[in-house]
Amino acid sequence: MENIWEYRDLIFIKGGLLTIQVGLGSLVIATIFGLLGAWAKLTTNFLLNWLAMGYTTIIRGIPDLVLMLIIFFEGQIFLNFAGEWTGLWTYVEISPLTAGIGTIGFIMGAYYTETFRGAFLSIPNGQIEAGIACGMSRPLIFRRIIWPQLVRYALPSFTNNWLVQLKTTALVSVIGLQDIVYNANSIGRKLREPFTFLFAALLFYLVLTAVSEIVLRSMEKKYSAGVRRV
Amino acid sequence: MDYTLISDNYNFLLLGLINTICLVSLALLFGGIISIPLAILSADRHRIFGPIIWGYTYFFRGTPLLIQAYLIYYGMGQFEFVQNSFAWPILRSAWWCALIAFSLNTAAYTTEIFRGAIEATPLGEVEAAKACGMSRFTMMRRVILPSAFRRALPAYSNEVIFMLHGSVVASTISVIDILGAGRVINGKFYVFREGLYSAAVIYLALVILITQGFRIWEKHWHAHLRARPTGTPAPAPKH
Repeated sequence: MENIWEYRDLIFIKGGLLTIQVGLGSLVIATIFGLLGAWAKLTTNFLLNWLAMGYTTIIRGIPDLVLMLIIFFEGQIFLNFAGEWTGLWTYVEISPLTAGIGTIGFIMGAYYTETFRGAFLSIPNGQIEAGIACGMSRPLIFRRIIWPQLVRYALPSFTNNWLVQLKTTALVSVIGLQDIVYNANSIGRKLREPFTFLFAALLFYLVLTAVSEIVLRSMEKKYSAGVRRV
Repeated sequence: MDYTLISDNYNFLLLGLINTICLVSLALLFGGIISIPLAILSADRHRIFGPIIWGYTYFFRGTPLLIQAYLIYYGMGQFEFVQNSFAWPILRSAWWCALIAFSLNTAAYTTEIFRGAIEATPLGEVEAAKACGMSRFTMMRRVILPSAFRRALPAYSNEVIFMLHGSVVASTISVIDILGAGRVINGKFYVFREGLYSAAVIYLALVILITQGFRIWEKHWHAHLRARPTGTPAPAPKH
């Protein structure tokens, strides 16, 4: 126990913050990919439909760790190839942090695509037509009519996805990122107390889960203001 | 991509495939066996077991499977009494540790799925069973569980796929599962595409197989919910 206190900086501050950083960073990217994917699935463009369908089917069919390793290696090669081809940059090395955030974001984006698509389909079309009839511009319709309801309908499934994503962040330790799992595991094994240290990491995740649940449920309440409950 | 490299080393991938299938199906079996009584007890809001089961499912659903597996494989050896116990030969092997972690993990998720399905049983069905004078056990066996399993099927098919996806964690504690086999090939021949891409393709194929299998199963079990064929109505019987 006292060993954990001694190493608290390395585990909870450095490792824990890195975990939170990966989680929140990938959340931003996943949301962007999710919104783009939902848009691509809902538009009438045939090519975009197929692209989005391929994206969600393949990503959701392959385990996250496999994808992470593939994207981690492939992304590096692609970036250097692109740099050489365009002549804009010579050799770049993606840091494991960027790779971790990018890949988790890209993977979870496929799940968020379904979340946002489902939420968008829940908005009655008449409301959008009414907006057009009132002479609203498209951005205005999006801001005033679509977005508030999109958030309302998407939040329950968004919460579930985020809880999955939070647990996925533990996998970045496999590609060498020194997050809480990596630090707890290596220090615990060095001090011959792996159980104590890994259990501390487990509790850290449990706290993150509990906090996210509280925050997202209260957000759900806020965005459902004005919804009649039967 | 060097395809001959893959076809020459298919035995690694086959071993990985067998390991993954064994681990996942055994974990689902044990998880299912554990989860049914837990789901019944927690749907009953048992005064003592209810909160304990809630704690168990919250703990396992709120933490990453990777750490759970690490905790069992690397962590258990910390305790002297575990090392001296009869279970040590099992807890020393990565394969069994992966199985234990997966079973406990999927049991937690499945408990929640079944609990929801049991709680959603229409009250009329329960009342009818009571009116027929069924005992609590008979009612569970004949009325509540069969209808709850039907309701749980779509959510359960998701859980099966998540379990397959989660099983890659086994490769991080040195089990040769599909991903493990891919990484062995990669390490042996200093490549990265061959092993990883074959693993990805195998996983994708397994996911498609599972989805199709569940679609057939659902069709069979939800036959009573299917839309009735429409068309010209049958002629009225003549008197």
